[in-house]
Parts: sequence; C-alpha cells; structure tokens
Amino acid sequence: MKALRNIVDKMKPTFSKGGKLSFLESTFDGFETFLFVPNKTTQSGAHVRDCIDMKRTMIVVVLALVPALLFGCYNTGIQVGLEGWTAFFYGLVRILPMIATTYIVGLGIEFTAAQLRGHAINEGFLVSGLLIPLIMPVSTPLWMVALGTAFAVIFGKEVFGGTGMNVFNPAILARAFVFFAYTPQMSGEKVWYSDWTMMGAQVDGVSGATALEQLATTGSMQWSALDAFLGFIPGSFGETSTLAILIGAAILLFTGIASWKTMVSVFVGGAATAYLFGALGAFDYPAYLHLLVGGFAFGAVFMATDPVTSAQTSTGKYIVGFMTGALAILIRVVNPAYPEGMMLSILFMNALAPLVDYSVVEANISRRKNRVKLVK
Amino acid sequence: MSSKSLKNLTAPLSGQNPVIVQILGICSALAVTVQLKPAIVMGLSVMVVTAFSNLVMSLLRNGVPARIRIIVQLVVIASLVILVDQVLKAFVYDVSKQLSVYVGLIITNCIVMGRVEAFALGNKPWDSFLDGIGNGLGYAMILVIIAFFRELLGSGCLLGFRLIPESWYIAEGGFYSNCGIMLFPPMALILVGCIIWAHRSFNKDLQEK
Repeated sequence: MKALRNIVDKMKPTFSKGGKLSFLESTFDGFETFLFVPNKTTQSGAHVRDCIDMKRTMIVVVLALVPALLFGCYNTGIQVGLEGWTAFFYGLVRILPMIATTYIVGLGIEFTAAQLRGHAINEGFLVSGLLIPLIMPVSTPLWMVALGTAFAVIFGKEVFGGTGMNVFNPAILARAFVFFAYTPQMSGEKVWYSDWTMMGAQVDGVSGATALEQLATTGSMQWSALDAFLGFIPGSFGETSTLAILIGAAILLFTGIASWKTMVSVFVGGAATAYLFGALGAFDYPAYLHLLVGGFAFGAVFMATDPVTSAQTSTGKYIVGFMTGALAILIRVVNPAYPEGMMLSILFMNALAPLVDYSVVEANISRRKNRVKLVK
Repeated sequence: MSSKSLKNLTAPLSGQNPVIVQILGICSALAVTVQLKPAIVMGLSVMVVTAFSNLVMSLLRNGVPARIRIIVQLVVIASLVILVDQVLKAFVYDVSKQLSVYVGLIITNCIVMGRVEAFALGNKPWDSFLDGIGNGLGYAMILVIIAFFRELLGSGCLLGFRLIPESWYIAEGGFYSNCGIMLFPPMALILVGCIIWAHRSFNKDLQEK
C-alpha cells in the first residue's frame, strides 16, 4: 500500500498545475481518489463528518450487484443446457465483453467530458456501467450495447451537467434506447437465443420467449414460482434471480445507501396493483408472479432507488415508489406491446419525481402556514 | 445585388436560422423528416410560400390598415398554400400523399407569418422576397440534414436507394440493424438538439451568458 502511495505521490507534480501533463489533471485526480481516500478537508461551513464519499458509496452498490451478477453467469449457462462450473464460466465469458464495452465507452465519454469542462471526474458511472450489461438480453450485440451506453451517458447525463444532475437513470436510459432502436433484438421470440456454440452449449433448444413474455402471451409459464424466485428462468442477465437481488437489497439497506422507503413502496405498489388486476380477472396466474419474473425486483432495488433521479423528500419517496410499482404492473397487464413495464414506469416516474417533491414541499409549507393562522 | 440585399438572403442560413436559432417550425421539422424526399419537397414548398407571401405583403404594406393586417396576411398565405398544394398534387402525387396534412399546415408555420410580420411589412418588395427565400432555404437546409440522418440510420436508404447492403442485416446473417428509434419523432427532436449544439459551438456569439 505504501509503495503505491509513493508512486502516486511521485507522479503528482507532473499532472498538477504547471506540470507537463497538467491537461490530464482531472483524469489523474480520478485515479488517485479511486485508490486512496482523499485527505482534503473542507475549511469553512458546517459539514457532516463522515468517511464515506461518492466513490465508497458507488463501490457498495457494485458489491450489492455482485450476487445478481454471479448468479446471472451461472443461469446463462444453465439456460443453454450446461451444468456446474462450465455453466458459470459460459455465462462469465458472455458477460465480460459486455461489461468491458460499457466501461470503455462510458468511462471514455465521462473522462473526456470532465477533461473538457475542467471538472473532477465523477464516479457515478461505476454503477451504471455494471447495471447496463445486467439489464440487457445476453445475446445483444456489443455494438448495440456500446451505442446505448454512449446515448445514455451523453444525452442522459453529460447534457444535463454530469453525475448528480441527470433527470433520468442512465442505465435504464441505455436499455430504453436499445429497446426502441433495436426492438427485434430486445423483445419477442428471439430475445433469448444464443449463437455461441462453445463449451457444448445446445443452441437450438433455447430459442424462446422469456418467462415474462410467456405469461403475457399465453397466460402461463413453464417454470414454477420457486424457479422464478431462485432465478432459473430466461431473462436479461442480472434480473432473473429475485433471491440474489434481495441479497443485494439487504446490503444496500444495511449500509443505508438506498432508501428503504422507495424500495418497499415499489413492491407494495406493484403487489397492490397486481392483486387488483388479478381480482378483476385480467389474468389467471397468481398475482405474486409479477413481482418475481422480469425486471420488477431488479428495477425496484437498483433503479428506482437511484438517489439522483428518485424523489428527495420522505413523503415523495413513498409516492414515487408506489406509483413506479403500480405503473409497471399497469403497463405489463394493460399494454400488450410492452410485456416489461418496469423500464417505462421508472423513466416516467424519474420525470415526475421533481413535481412530486415540489408538491410535497408546497403542501408542507401551506400546512405550517395554516398552523400559524390557528395560533392567531 | 447589393451587399445589404445579399445579407437578407444569407443571414437566415446560419446566424438567424429560423429552426435552430429562432426555434420556429419545429413541429413540421419533426413530422416530415422520416425520409429525405418529402423533406426536400416540404422545404421547397415552405420556401415558395415564404418568398411570395413576403413579396405580396411587402407590395401591399402601405395600403393595408394595421388593424386588419393579420387577416390580409392569412388570405395571402392561405391562397399561396392552396396553390402549392394543388401543384404538388398535380406533379408529385405520391409525395403529396406522404406529406398529407402538413402541406396544408404550412399556413400555421410560424416562419411564414413571422417573416411577414417582422420583415415584409417594413421593407421593400425585393428585400422581402430575398428574405423569404433565405428563410425558406434555412428551414429546408435543417430539414434535409435531419432527414438525411433519419433515413440513412432508420431505414438504410437515401431517397429510396439502398445504401446499406441487405447482407449486412442480422436477419440475413450479418451484424447490422436499422436504428428503429430514428423513425420516431422524439429522435428527430434530439437530432435538432444535436444540430443546435454543433451550430452553437461554432458560433460563439450565439451562446448564452
């Protein structure tokens, strides 16, 4: 550790103001603070004393994503008829190029933008870059992943001013772009086909709809609810296992990174709407399946809780969370063109969250004004 | 042509562009730019209408009482739009069908009435005519740029000719796929945004602050 510190210190003058490579200052700063907790302290004003900074926050989210990632690797292999470690390595080989693509493209754009603006590099993309491969079908061509990432980072984030300023969640925006731009590759019968025949994968047997699409089109699925909970169903890479996602949720909630208010109210909203539609006879399968299949759980835990794009006020979190869950099920059940409603409902509520916050704040102000009048 | 008259013609192409600087006529710029051919026809139609409505209103400007000028302008513009519509129907029927209501809606295009109000009522006929041509050209230019990208990336063609070979497509065993989002109007709006972005980064005097 000390040796690394010495190397960094030695390099520092070259990149600082007046040094040879001073135009790369923010890139260097980005790497330095990635390796070591910065020792800068604020000189004025009141601040909360806390050793956690944005890099540490983001790393916890990445850790929380690891169970879903590892299970996704295993399940991808299982779905093409492999077993044990072979299945795991098959999935790993499929996902690594996607992860590499998103990080190279996304971080490349982020670094360039920070450099051009003279800003410090923000680490928001650490999480987005891992989320994007996890919510794509495994067979998505890499250039589509790259294009979606570039679109999300430029138009979802940098245009608005970088990390912390974005209106929409970049990861879900990347998926939305690829979904609408290349619909045939993202939905329908072919979404789960894998054209890689290595390690003895049986390709012919796996071409087919995801569990969610089977539910939407035929009203039943060939997998049991337990399979859906554990995640042995076809679907996007990281979204299949509700169990792995719940482990991630536990990490996020224990460390206090994600808001339990949003998370719980998404599930409550989704369950309430699903049972309502079930009672109305919109579908025959049990309503709780809606919470297990597709991207519902993944979106609720990792996407809807995004601290930037979700609501900021406490009451607002309940409202936005509930409506995200409710809208997702509403889109799934009512609109046959979109079997997966989670993506659209999160984007929609991202757009509405500032309005909800505004109303909550205004309501609070007028409530307290009334109280003043009563005293008079 | 004096340099002042020439400026009427060239200013709307870049620094005073009706679409990307004054943000007028966005609606039709999103609606008719899925393919290049309708976009070109639409651009030319708008150019003809702006040019001649400017010319006519400039000739009439001293005889029209200010109180009824809007209704006079509307009569002039509407007659010209109907003329253009009939010409399109007679000579390029298929494009006219593709453009459908948007030819008729040139009447409501902010650029036409905006130029009449802001320029033709206070300037001589020749200058007004040139101003109309310039603004029509500026509008047509943006439409053509947007339609170029939308048709090329959205359907792999330009003016109906296939540029991206069939064998590249995933369905044929290749690697490529058309970007379906280009066919939707929202992507056209993002393209307009990109053009404005590029334009402003080259024209520092247009940047706010």
